[in-house]
Amino acid sequence: MRMTTPDEDLAKAAAAGDGQAFASLLARHYDRLFAFCFRLTGARAEAEDLCQDICLALPAKLGSYQRRAKVTTWLYRVAVNAAHDRRRKSATYAKAITGWGDWENARQAEIVEASEQLDWLTSAMRGLSDDLRDTLALVLDDMTHAQAAQILDVSEGTISWRISEAKKALRKMKEKEDTL
Amino acid sequence: MNDDLDDLKSMMTTPLPDAKRKAANLAAAQEIFDRTQGSMADARPTSVTGPMALWTGVKGMLNTLTSKGGLTATTALVACGFLFLTPTGQDLWQTGAPTLFQEAGREARIAEEVANAPGNFTTPVPAPRAENQAKADVAISDAEMDWDMVVSSDELGDVSAVQGLTASAPAVKTSRAHDSVALADTIAIEQQNSENYANATPNPLKITTAEPVSTFSIDVDTASYSIVRSSLMRGQLPPKGAVRVEELMNYFPYDYAAPDANGAPFQPTVSVMDTPWNADTQLVHIALQGALPDIDMRPPLNLVFLIDTSGSMSDADKLPLLKQSFMLMLDQLRPEDQVAIVEYAGSAGEVLAPTNASDRTKILQAIQGLGAGGSTNGQGGLEQAYAVADRMAEDGELSRVILATDGDFNVGIHDPNALKSFISEKRDTGTFLSVLGFGRGNLDDATMQSLVQNGNGQAAYIDTLSEAQKVLVDQLSGALFTIASDVKVQVEFNPATVAEYRLIGYETRALNREDFNNDRVDAGEIGAGHSVTALYEITPIGSPAQLSDPLRYGGAERPATSDELGFLKLRYKQPGATTSQLIETPIINEPVTWSEANFAVAIAGFGQLLRGGDYLGDWSYADAIALANANRGADNFGYRTEAVQMMRLAQSLSQ
Repeated sequence: MRMTTPDEDLAKAAAAGDGQAFASLLARHYDRLFAFCFRLTGARAEAEDLCQDICLALPAKLGSYQRRAKVTTWLYRVAVNAAHDRRRKSATYAKAITGWGDWENARQAEIVEASEQLDWLTSAMRGLSDDLRDTLALVLDDMTHAQAAQILDVSEGTISWRISEAKKALRKMKEKEDTL
Repeated sequence: MNDDLDDLKSMMTTPLPDAKRKAANLAAAQEIFDRTQGSMADARPTSVTGPMALWTGVKGMLNTLTSKGGLTATTALVACGFLFLTPTGQDLWQTGAPTLFQEAGREARIAEEVANAPGNFTTPVPAPRAENQAKADVAISDAEMDWDMVVSSDELGDVSAVQGLTASAPAVKTSRAHDSVALADTIAIEQQNSENYANATPNPLKITTAEPVSTFSIDVDTASYSIVRSSLMRGQLPPKGAVRVEELMNYFPYDYAAPDANGAPFQPTVSVMDTPWNADTQLVHIALQGALPDIDMRPPLNLVFLIDTSGSMSDADKLPLLKQSFMLMLDQLRPEDQVAIVEYAGSAGEVLAPTNASDRTKILQAIQGLGAGGSTNGQGGLEQAYAVADRMAEDGELSRVILATDGDFNVGIHDPNALKSFISEKRDTGTFLSVLGFGRGNLDDATMQSLVQNGNGQAAYIDTLSEAQKVLVDQLSGALFTIASDVKVQVEFNPATVAEYRLIGYETRALNREDFNNDRVDAGEIGAGHSVTALYEITPIGSPAQLSDPLRYGGAERPATSDELGFLKLRYKQPGATTSQLIETPIINEPVTWSEANFAVAIAGFGQLLRGGDYLGDWSYADAIALANANRGADNFGYRTEAVQMMRLAQSLSQ
């Protein structure tokens, strides 16, 4: 029965304290959430971490869920915000880079990652600026420009502009690679 | 262009989430969800030991108080502190104290009532309160005791009432800070844990015919043992990455044969014994015992403490513990030794110019003032510390920089490569770097390890005052006086007698075969009186325990010229020397059994159980406990008894 309950009802029930509703809601969306995290970060390990951040923060965020929004839209918004927090944190962290022990660990992780072949778009997206990447990730996840605008809290025009900027940047990257 | 994107998109691969992580994340989210609903269950009791237990009551009470109630209760605490800690307060206490004391008690009771009052914003307050109140009283007297020690040992002489009063304030603050720490582990709130461990996958089994030579650097660090202990004492099995078997073994002093007065600075002892966890294999036990030079004749010391005073250091098990440890160590110094203190991260700069150890008052005042705040860092902390060390250095003196931190290695040099070369450059000028780790949650074990491996120092993790005593008092001479540098071990196994071998531990210390003879390759040091243990598990030829099949097309002919198991080579340098010296000895197959080695084996087994090794069969914690118990020896300091206690904890926790 739970399977047919709309997301929105589940979210409402969860916000009211129904643990089972929360569990099914999260289980239903976890894979999708992970895929989105992967697009945002472009790396498997980071996606797992980001996903964890989101999972841990979700119960507290449920209060902010309002019935008129679609659950997916709301979830994407939580995810984008979590990704922002994470980037900000890692920027501070990188500034205070904690010695080369970390650096060595990161290097090892990179080696492992390189062995997992990434497709061109995923790796190229890492080269985009944060805004462009977030926007592109949403659109690639079949969000309309209007929905993306709602999630990122910007105007629809901005989304369209960002997408064309992202395409331009990607094209440039591709050309650069091809000439190499 | 949209089509382009669609093409690319169709080629996009999205991995599926890791099933384990998914399950864990879902479970964690559910747990938090449940916790945020309705009334919170009681805090799960954990095994908190020693003096910590005294705080649990206060902690429980303060956790559940409203801010209003908490304010009242802390006011009561301050009042009690005033009562006990100041001469004025003591007078009051002796004459008119009963009334005042009852007053304080009543305040605390009012605080409870406030907390219990219906319609309050907090979650309902569980648990009997009277008991907490009693514990709070005990805790107060405990605080008094601590500060008595501090105040009396600093020989300030004129401790005025004002100073006493200010002293009581940090005491109360400390207890609050401790609350938050203890709260975090009692209810295990999922907070960002940024601990970072240096470890590699356990050494695999090697086949002698394919790879007869094994090379590694010795390791006398003990940080891993303390981290394991701290985890177990909180009622959790340690993270597997935190367990480095060689550091567990080398935590203990062993009664190995000491070197002759005029021989090498350390004495190797090699013995072969049966493996407790596998009847068909044997263990090769390699023991190095460092000489204990005449400590009375030691050169004067220059110690520069580089202390992290960032906000996170204010927890009770960090800066306050550091201050206490520091005072223990001060008694070990001679009047001519010099101490300087540099702060970084929080406040910055040199807080104690080089001072002779005889000037205790000045040093103690500087210690007490640590973390008092100040300007931000102008010069990088590390560079400044070394600059101070250079200033102090005179011919024939020993200089050491000791970095104390809870994981914030923002020491002023950001580029890891630059940091590494800076530290090794300073190492070559004779100033070594040791790191003392404090507190949990942000501990950066990996950086700690790499810093000290480059700085020729030691990494120790201080979780209790008794660990501070071990590191800074009992074994201070070992930590500060190197008797042999760049000690490398190379074992060549004889393919005629040994089919397979496996080095237990030392994963982070592996060296290339050719590094052994290369004097430019850095390796570990042995300090005065240190003992170092290494264990190989070997499978003799023809043993049913052999895991690999012999080759059908045969390798090279086995030159059956010798029945030795292998050949042990050691290289070391005299401190300050640039060329190494060689010690060689064959490994003879004459199984013996002796208590010291057996204890090391019990610890090695324990470490492998914690790491989840695959080679132990059904050997269990119970076997480790039995073996360790039977070989506890004299155990003058009680370290081995404590190890058995840890094994028992791990046994219960793993069930």
